[in-house]
Amino acid sequence: MKNYIEFKNVTFGYADDIDEAPVENVIRNMSLTIEKGDFVAVLGHNGCGKSTMAKLCNAIVTPQQGKVFVDGIDTGDEERLFDIRRKVGMVFQNPDNQIVATIVEDDVAFGPENLGVEPKEIRRRVDEALKQVEMYDFRHFEPHKLSGCQKKMVAIAVIIAMKPECIVLDEPTAMLDPRGRQEVMKTIRMLNEEFGITVVLITHYMDEAVKANRVIVVDEGRILLDGAPKEVFTNIETLKKTGLDVPEATELTDMLIKRGLNLSHDILTIDELVNSIVSITEDKN
Amino acid sequence: MISDITIGQYYKENSIVHRLDPRAKIILTVMFIAMIFMCKNFLSLALMIVFVIFSVILSKVPVVMFLRSLKPILPIVIFTAILNVLYIGGENIIFEWKFIKITSDGILTAVFMAVRIICLIVASSILTYTTVPTMLTDAIEKLLSPLKLFHISVHSLAMMMTLALRFIPTLIEEIEKITNAQKARGADLESGKLLERIKAIIPIIIPLFVSSFKKADDLAFAMSCRCYTGGDGRTRMKQMKMKASDFVSLLIFALGIAGVVLLNIYFGAVI
Repeated sequence: MKNYIEFKNVTFGYADDIDEAPVENVIRNMSLTIEKGDFVAVLGHNGCGKSTMAKLCNAIVTPQQGKVFVDGIDTGDEERLFDIRRKVGMVFQNPDNQIVATIVEDDVAFGPENLGVEPKEIRRRVDEALKQVEMYDFRHFEPHKLSGCQKKMVAIAVIIAMKPECIVLDEPTAMLDPRGRQEVMKTIRMLNEEFGITVVLITHYMDEAVKANRVIVVDEGRILLDGAPKEVFTNIETLKKTGLDVPEATELTDMLIKRGLNLSHDILTIDELVNSIVSITEDKN
Repeated sequence: MISDITIGQYYKENSIVHRLDPRAKIILTVMFIAMIFMCKNFLSLALMIVFVIFSVILSKVPVVMFLRSLKPILPIVIFTAILNVLYIGGENIIFEWKFIKITSDGILTAVFMAVRIICLIVASSILTYTTVPTMLTDAIEKLLSPLKLFHISVHSLAMMMTLALRFIPTLIEEIEKITNAQKARGADLESGKLLERIKAIIPIIIPLFVSSFKKADDLAFAMSCRCYTGGDGRTRMKQMKMKASDFVSLLIFALGIAGVVLLNIYFGAVI
């Protein structure tokens, strides 16, 4: 697989003033590569630098040291900003502040309009994007009359309509109820599986990270753990030390193993746990 | 409640007037205003009123809606009418008592002015009732595009108008949130003297101000992330197209103005 997003020894910190040196580094000497078509979840507690990682991917901020490449383009190259942003779409935390138009379909059309797409093609893309997130019936609504989950869906449709190669979502399920979270996650999975869009999901929900192909745990601006969910979540001690939870099923499995039950360490979901307990009892019988 | 707010005063309906091109509607409104101020005798006034009535009927917007938009203007209409009656001098004195002198010229002017103001409000209301605000700003952008020759960025202007409209409900929501937050902290916003109540608004205005800047910043980021680089190279999904009905209505209004001018010439000016 091809490397799509590449961090090379990136160090970044926010400064009070543009000319001043940063007060404290948020990202510290971070190197990582994300492959094309992958589904990566970035986990970490508040203030660990995961939102900043998202901003680095989209050239909203550029590193003070090191380089970030998107599909081979250096994000520090201001002349190619437009190219980077049409490749990497970003869904921000708060959907309210990213809606530009007063009607849902106009808002979805805003991106393609900026790209200079033909009017008929824009119409097609807008309808398609809204259908994919199941918001087509709301296309004539005013955004402020939608629920939180519906706004998130529109925010995702907005990015789909621009046909990016990669989508970065910064805590897309924050402030949503469990059902809304499920809906959003289902849509994100579909984008990754059916359209081959590279997904970088920034989250602090474990059960969402479990659904990714790869989990990166960030702490204090450094990568703490990196690997498939099954590998990462078995490090229960390390995760707990950084203030993160492990999926409930994994924690319960761990407790059961300590009590002497013969279970595998890489159980992540309740279904898996139930199945393996059932198989143990069947063996005994 | 917040969710009931509609931006502008668009009235949802599917009438001929609603379907007209917004650019045509803006031009028609300007023509309407010209017509209103050109009538100088009762016949031309009557012709103009016929135009107003027909437009209202064609727009399918209930008359109640127009009465509602006239209500706040009524005191002004009455006030100007009284001033006109009292202060316009003339030879034909109808009534005289001490310093009050009412002339036929004064009454005529008062009637004409009142009718004109009412028609003006109704004509402009037809535009705002039948056109979505964003369509209006788009139309203004298109109509003002010749100003590009003078290096005036019409696109930015229209974009600013659209964003201002878009953020009205968001800011109202924000005001409600801040007001509740301050009330929860024990702020007294409803009682006290006028000055005290004005002072009580300050703890609402300042957080609102700060949060609007934050919102503007976020929006700017979001817009640039969606590849917004200004008006150049931008296309539009909804293309405005002048249809036959637009040209016909423009023609009818041009004829209306011609009619008013002719009636003024043939029958002489009353005022």
